[in-house]
Amino acid sequence: MDPEPKKPEDSPSNSGNSHGPVHPQSPFPDEALEKVLSFVDSHKDRSSISLVRKDWYNAERWTRSKLFIGNCYAVSPEIVAKRFRRIKSVTLKGKPRFSDFNMLPLDWGADVYPWLVMFAKVYPFLEELRLKRMTITDEGLELLAKSFPCFKALSLSSCDGFTENGLKAIASHCRNLTEVNIQDSITEDVGGGWLSCFPENFSSLEILNFSSLNGDVNFDDLERLVSRCKLLRVLKVNESITLDELQRLLVHAPRLTELGTGSFLQELTPRQYEEIETAFCNCRNLQVLSGLWEATSVYLPLLYGACASLTFLNLSVATTLQSGEFAKFLAHCPNLRCLWVSDTVEDKGLEAVGLSCPLLEELRVYPADPYDRDHLDGVTELGFLAVSRGCPKLHYVLYFCRRMTNAAVVTIVQNCPNFTHFRLCIMTPSQPDYLTNEPMDEAFGAVVKTCPKIKRLSVSGLLTDRTFEYIGKYAKDLETLSVAFAGSSDWGMQCIMEGCPKLRKLEIRDCPFGDAALLSGREKYEMMRSLWMSACSVTMKGCRLLARESPRLNVEVIREEGGNEAQALKVYVYRSVAGPRQDAPPFVLTL
Amino acid sequence: MSMPQEHDYIGLSEPLPSEKSSDKTTAAAAASNVERNGVFSLKETELRLGLPGSEAPERKGGVGIGIGIGIGVSLFGKDESKCVKSGAKRGFSDAINGAGKWGLSINGGSEVDLGQKGGVNVSAVKREIPPLEERKNEAAAAANTAPASKAQVVGWPPIRSFRKNTLATNTPKKDDVGGNSGTGTSCLYVKVSMDGAPYLRKIDLKTYCSYTEISSALEKMFSCFTIGQCGQGLAAKENISESHLMDLLHGSEYVLTYEDKDGDWMLVGDVPWEMFTDSCRRLRIMKGSDAIGLAPRTMQKCKSQN
Repeated sequence: MDPEPKKPEDSPSNSGNSHGPVHPQSPFPDEALEKVLSFVDSHKDRSSISLVRKDWYNAERWTRSKLFIGNCYAVSPEIVAKRFRRIKSVTLKGKPRFSDFNMLPLDWGADVYPWLVMFAKVYPFLEELRLKRMTITDEGLELLAKSFPCFKALSLSSCDGFTENGLKAIASHCRNLTEVNIQDSITEDVGGGWLSCFPENFSSLEILNFSSLNGDVNFDDLERLVSRCKLLRVLKVNESITLDELQRLLVHAPRLTELGTGSFLQELTPRQYEEIETAFCNCRNLQVLSGLWEATSVYLPLLYGACASLTFLNLSVATTLQSGEFAKFLAHCPNLRCLWVSDTVEDKGLEAVGLSCPLLEELRVYPADPYDRDHLDGVTELGFLAVSRGCPKLHYVLYFCRRMTNAAVVTIVQNCPNFTHFRLCIMTPSQPDYLTNEPMDEAFGAVVKTCPKIKRLSVSGLLTDRTFEYIGKYAKDLETLSVAFAGSSDWGMQCIMEGCPKLRKLEIRDCPFGDAALLSGREKYEMMRSLWMSACSVTMKGCRLLARESPRLNVEVIREEGGNEAQALKVYVYRSVAGPRQDAPPFVLTL
Repeated sequence: MSMPQEHDYIGLSEPLPSEKSSDKTTAAAAASNVERNGVFSLKETELRLGLPGSEAPERKGGVGIGIGIGIGVSLFGKDESKCVKSGAKRGFSDAINGAGKWGLSINGGSEVDLGQKGGVNVSAVKREIPPLEERKNEAAAAANTAPASKAQVVGWPPIRSFRKNTLATNTPKKDDVGGNSGTGTSCLYVKVSMDGAPYLRKIDLKTYCSYTEISSALEKMFSCFTIGQCGQGLAAKENISESHLMDLLHGSEYVLTYEDKDGDWMLVGDVPWEMFTDSCRRLRIMKGSDAIGLAPRTMQKCKSQN
């Protein structure tokens, strides 16, 4: 349905030098170009297309239906509304990633409400909204629920600001919902009552994920919902759902491709055991499995029947899992491509991964007890080595450990030279190679030298400027870099800013980088999405200098209690065409 | 060396009021708790630390390091601010460390009196046992070149908060039966696990009013595991008779511990009953032998022994 007739003259870029609606130099009539463009989905491709010439810019803006905004403050709702007229799907990302770790004060911003107001006016046919690290209030959810009759998919990843009431509005008013996904958005006040608010004749749901919900759910209402949504293919429940309740849900939804279980701990009668086992065996299409809170050896075998086609197994919250039962379980999952585990499986468990998962491409090992720094549990360099030996296709790793050696990492990347994402977190800050007591420079040097495709890197351990020399020199495809408690001087950060041509996101904390380092990137920040620097040696003076030289950058300093006036303890720099934030709270200074 | 005087700290026959807290109200609650249960004087039930056979002045008797009991002091590894906040709380991992070290290597070591009324604050205790602390620091130093302050660094390690909470799962106030709105129920369900048992149990703390009651209930609940009714019970390894089990539970081959609101593992019996039910999130019965020999390890490692 065409909400508005096409008006090529009203393109904002048609200033001055206008060719009018006919473009003699173009071999294609506009309609043909638009038809071709309607097949182009990727926003990166579309951005490239829009830069070719004005008529292509126009054709692109009329045909774009999916909007992706990586930083909600890089542009404004008004600018977006003027350029694009037929948007059906919006993805918006807000806060810097370190907000996930409580490093941003509450009420920092990234409230989606002004965007929703604009969408309601200009995109009444909006179908999808996907938010990441944004604040959405109940008011926003209500506006969403009432303004878009075609609305289908809501996905909230790492968001906050809402309560059960907002979700109730969504459930009650959106007749055509196919997706409700609150993923890892945890707020204290979100209960499960909204699941009971779907109308009795509502049956279009395909994706339902409330795994992070804290509260209880009315099981009967949930069961009724699941039983009438015959198209349901993704179901991820929260921990309050018991095993026998899960069985009843599975009976109604055997065609699931993704399942997140509830608590995997319950005393079962033999009959219940059998019923549940049968229910899992009937899930022949399962590709993704998660949940499994408190899974123990007794009940893991229930899952065996469902594992043949499993490609993604997320055991990261199954913190009672140990190596023996984990190894047995893995033997039933020959097709695993992606595995997330808790470090309670230890090196022995990872050895089993190396032996049983030859197709593995992604591994994430999360610490079950990240704050107890005085014990030596969890995984070590040995587990990582074992996986690298058995899984040559490994290209994505997130690894939390308490000790590592340079030699191990050198071997690991030799075994797996295809790393695109290498995120190593040695949990004690500034910890050296535990065998040689040397810095971990050579480890990360090996990563960037041996893995030409490296796109994302998180470094840790004791690191000198050497590490950054290596990264700047060798990591030509690097897009995202996370640095903590590392480096010796400004020179380290300068190496990064002068190298790494494709760098887009840089986040730094607790490093000895000062104003000189900050300013060394002045040419580069406009080509990046953002820079975060906290607890470094940057001063207000340096930030002001950067702000003065770069009108298209927003240089923001977050002021907190204590600390002296001259220091800039939390700095967030990002490119923007929207100018300084209008909604900045008092503790955010835009320079 | 004379045999240490064993003390049944699980409290099967008497309550174990805490006197470590400097909070007067809890001491008073402790006293009234004892009275309610009509058992002996507080002094007899005081827990104290010391070398086996040693005795503090003005004390009738006390507990040395009994078989399988780890009694520790929150000296090591917990950051200072946390210690101060929690008063005289004792972390379980430190209990294990402490027990191990005292048992093995102390040289006429000092005796720490935790049981006195009014409490001894932790930093004071710390000063009394410097040799242990140094030893601990040495062990930690090799792996730990962190900044001098042992306070937790904000946002490090970079873990999302929902992952942090997986170790301490449901709140005690959560209604066990799904289907309610989940607010304001009168149940206090906590999970109870036992090393070697293939599954956990859930009990409602509100149905008990003393440590005695909860201990006997737990005995009954878990006796089936050690008598080989369930596959991976201890009986699979060693045939244990029922009477032997009673000995095990009574005779402190098992250590009953709980995880409190702050995520610390504590020995059951230290605090007054009400304080315990308020702060207990889950219980674990672990093998005392595992506890002693595993310094410096924690609950996680003990689990994986089986």
